[in-house]
Amino acid sequence: MLRILLTSLLLTWLGASAALAQTPASPSGFRELLQENFKLIQRSSVKTVGPLLSAIRDGKFEQGAEFLSKWEEKDVWYRKQDNRLFYVKPNAAKAYDLVDIETGEVTATAKKGDLRQIKPNSGVRAMLSAALVEFRLASSDPNIRRESLESISRNAKPEHLKALREAIAVETDADLKTRFGMIERLLAMQYGENTEVRVSAIQSFKESLGLEVRASLNPLLSTSIQHADKLPSGINLARVIVPGQTVLLDDGTTRKQTLIDRLFDRNVEMTVDEAYERLAGKNGLKEVVSREQRDAALVDNLDQGRVGGFNLADLDNENARNRAYRALADAGKVPSSPDGEEIADAVSNHVFYATYDESDKSVTDAARDTLGRINMAVRWNTYLDLFLDAISLASIYFLAAIGLAITFGVMRVINMAHGEFIMMGAYTGYVVQQFITNYTLSILVAIPMAFAVTFAAGVALERLVIRYLYNRPLETLLATFGISIALQQLAKNIFGTQARPLTAPDWLDGALVINDVVSISWIRIAIFALGTIFFAGLWWTLNKTRLGLETRAVVQNPRMAASMGINPDRINMLTFGLGSGIAGIAGVAIGLYAKVTSELGSDYIVQSFMTVVIGGVGNIWGTLAGAGLIGILQKLIENFNPSNTLAAQTYMIIFIIIFIQFRPRGLIALKGRAAEA
Amino acid sequence: MTAANTSLNSGKVALGGPLTRFLMNNPSTLLFIGLLALFTIVTTLLGEGLGIGVVSTSMVKTLGKTLCFCLVAIAMDLVWGFCGILSLGHFAFFGLGGYMIGMWLMYARTEIIVLKAGKAATMPMTPEEIRSAVGEQIFGVVGGSEFPLIWAFADSLFMQLLFVILVPGLLALVFGWLAFRSRVTGVYLSILTQAMTLALALYLFQNDSGLRGNNGLSGLQNLPGMESTPQALVSIWFLWASAFALGLGYLLVKLLVESKLGNVIRAIRDDESRVRFLGYNVEAYKLFIFVLSAVIAAIAGALYYPQAGIINPAEIAPIASIYLAVWVAIGGRGRLYGAVIGAAFVSLLSSWFTGGQIPDIQLGAYRIQWVNWWLVLLGLSFVATTLYAPQGLGGLFDHLSRKKGNPDG
Repeated sequence: MLRILLTSLLLTWLGASAALAQTPASPSGFRELLQENFKLIQRSSVKTVGPLLSAIRDGKFEQGAEFLSKWEEKDVWYRKQDNRLFYVKPNAAKAYDLVDIETGEVTATAKKGDLRQIKPNSGVRAMLSAALVEFRLASSDPNIRRESLESISRNAKPEHLKALREAIAVETDADLKTRFGMIERLLAMQYGENTEVRVSAIQSFKESLGLEVRASLNPLLSTSIQHADKLPSGINLARVIVPGQTVLLDDGTTRKQTLIDRLFDRNVEMTVDEAYERLAGKNGLKEVVSREQRDAALVDNLDQGRVGGFNLADLDNENARNRAYRALADAGKVPSSPDGEEIADAVSNHVFYATYDESDKSVTDAARDTLGRINMAVRWNTYLDLFLDAISLASIYFLAAIGLAITFGVMRVINMAHGEFIMMGAYTGYVVQQFITNYTLSILVAIPMAFAVTFAAGVALERLVIRYLYNRPLETLLATFGISIALQQLAKNIFGTQARPLTAPDWLDGALVINDVVSISWIRIAIFALGTIFFAGLWWTLNKTRLGLETRAVVQNPRMAASMGINPDRINMLTFGLGSGIAGIAGVAIGLYAKVTSELGSDYIVQSFMTVVIGGVGNIWGTLAGAGLIGILQKLIENFNPSNTLAAQTYMIIFIIIFIQFRPRGLIALKGRAAEA
Repeated sequence: MTAANTSLNSGKVALGGPLTRFLMNNPSTLLFIGLLALFTIVTTLLGEGLGIGVVSTSMVKTLGKTLCFCLVAIAMDLVWGFCGILSLGHFAFFGLGGYMIGMWLMYARTEIIVLKAGKAATMPMTPEEIRSAVGEQIFGVVGGSEFPLIWAFADSLFMQLLFVILVPGLLALVFGWLAFRSRVTGVYLSILTQAMTLALALYLFQNDSGLRGNNGLSGLQNLPGMESTPQALVSIWFLWASAFALGLGYLLVKLLVESKLGNVIRAIRDDESRVRFLGYNVEAYKLFIFVLSAVIAAIAGALYYPQAGIINPAEIAPIASIYLAVWVAIGGRGRLYGAVIGAAFVSLLSSWFTGGQIPDIQLGAYRIQWVNWWLVLLGLSFVATTLYAPQGLGGLFDHLSRKKGNPDG
């Protein structure tokens, strides 16, 4: 008891002379240290708690971090009878287990009434969290160091800088050391001790792309808008604002609003009315009376159904209400509202400007310059990323459309069920995965299986339906549409309406990350590769094999081909089968990144047709060009308004409709006799 | 047919004479209009609104909607069966017609509600207040309250009725002009029209399209200012209006296709190049037919959606227009009654099958539920029609009438 008394005396003295505070007497163990400083912990304040925190840190207690975080989270309690500190957890017997702070073991139980919670105030909690970070930065476990580093980078405070620098000096892990250095520079930009340190920290990020850097640079350039009679000197001026005239650009500069700005909805930074609102109420300038205030005043001053010389029933338009209010104001019953001229006068007598919150001009200059470079680099990388996206989208369209390019492009048979062949391929992949659980193997099996299934379906369709309709293209369209709705409903009946997963193997997970901005998923790379292989294979089949030769002959002139000993029936059947088989493989590829549903095919059918039409019917180069054009175009339009892919698709279709006007035969049109076939 | 043309072109008979003679020469038209009138009268007498109440109001609505489908099928037959343009986008015009009338219905009804609520306030509402309150009611669901420009005339029934014709007509004019002048024909044109309706549907799906995104326009069955009139009666009115529009549309299109102009467009269908070589401006003829059929489709849509009560962009999706082609093909192309029969037959059968009124069939361990198998059946029967009965159901009538020794039908 005497000891506690003495300690509290000592602490009172400490609190009184916080600036001169010394480390409290160092006890041997952690528990002793805490118990000695019990009064201080119980009634902690920002002024008194510092020395204790230093003592905990300097003592390098292994339980320190846990204690600090529990203290901060109000999880430390004490027993009233002997003022001993514990962590507390409820037990089964509706009482509480008391956990010893030093050993972490349950030493006793107590009822709630015997315990008191330690509640540090918010100032103390902030100090605790800072101390905790330092404590962790000095930890011997690299994982803890890394974790605490990341928490600093999310929530930086000036006092972290010193701890960080100390930690860098002793850091051994090379990776971690780089990261330490990076965070240190980020902190130094904001909290460095002098201008040179800050500027050089800022300039060290010139080549960087990271979001983190941009997020740390932006606050350095935050501004606040002010006004004065004339522009004062000695301020860190960001820009001068002319109300109703200047627009704020992305790089922080201003210019007069142009017609183009209006077209693109780039509004003036501050309207005259907004400017006046900053001035109103001072220097005898009247407050603007809002519409709601005006209406409320009119209702308040209602006298026997009349107000301001108007009948209530006549106040059904703005003009009458304004005039009634003016009459009230003239009679002195309500405050008058400034008219347009007064507002314009007052605004033109003032100058409006924005100053940087950061007062050091060389810091803001360096930050602006660095941010400008970073933004420029980011922009170029975004274009690169966009281009990669476009290529991968194009290869999906290419895969979906290449089968059509054969059936529609080469044979002139319009197959509305093509999308359903894609769907069949995807479902084949799903079924195969039900039997073969190894994803890599199942995909390898699924691809030839999908080809076989859809090849057979295609041949059946050709034999049973299409060959009777070769001279009636519009009827082929309708008949195959009938097949399409029947197949779609069949798939629904068999597999249900919910989406089925087609899982990619592990080695296709994730993305190839090139830098902070540019990345592309491995599945898309695989689809791109698949598209390339298909293109090469198909080109080779059509141009270098006997089948290709015969196909081309039948397409150009079936009778002549028949008289040369080619069986057109057989060729038509095989070609149609080939086109359908490719659709099946495309289905496996598409199913890998999209959900497999019965509507999978119809999502792609219109785009596929447009790919073929845009590219030019009759050769696979055209399909390649068409897919490339549509893919790139769609991504470009999406880039203007990323939140709205629907609008992008709309505009793309409109573009295609207009494009057909100028090149009705597509990008790569056949010339000569083949074009008439 | 030749006789009809001569009588039409002579033009010397007294007023009303040509039409009477036309009907005399085309008994099928007379028969159709007679049957339509009979159907309307019988339905009215059996309905709940004015008759004995055997036919429920929802059934009357279904019948009224079917009449609208028949009208749009006639438009489709005109453009496809007679002019050879397989448009896979006519439901875009149908839907636009519905949207145009829907805007007025929704605005006017919301305005009435707002005015009623506004009576509680001390001061009478200003026009601006009314407009912004109506805007909040209508666009609150898509997180807006401002009226887009396209709603500028939504408070005027006359203007919106005019838009029912103008907006789809203009769209058809611009699209058709672009497509026909660059000589896009055959399946290319079909794909392009499909792309058009897809683009329109995707555009309307956006929340900031100004037409409430995928929520569409709703509550269209309530006529503004007639809240106290029971739906049973309103549905009968719409049945009459739809029947009248169908009869008029049928007559108009029949007159058109039996005229000299009709001969030209049939010739275009059969061999476009030859007609061009003969000195006709093929593009102008096609454009005229395309726009006319779009307007007919739009009128059908404007009558359909107040009966359906709700319109949303999904109605305009490409699949709807393909179904339209299916109706006409099953009914039989190039004969207007075929389109009507096809539309009525398939759409009524479809609602019968998917309505769950047909008992399931137990097939061993599997139970055939028609809701699930109807589309399969429809698709396959469609293939069969194309393969074995290219004349469609209408071909049956030809067959029958030929047996009676009347080759002209």
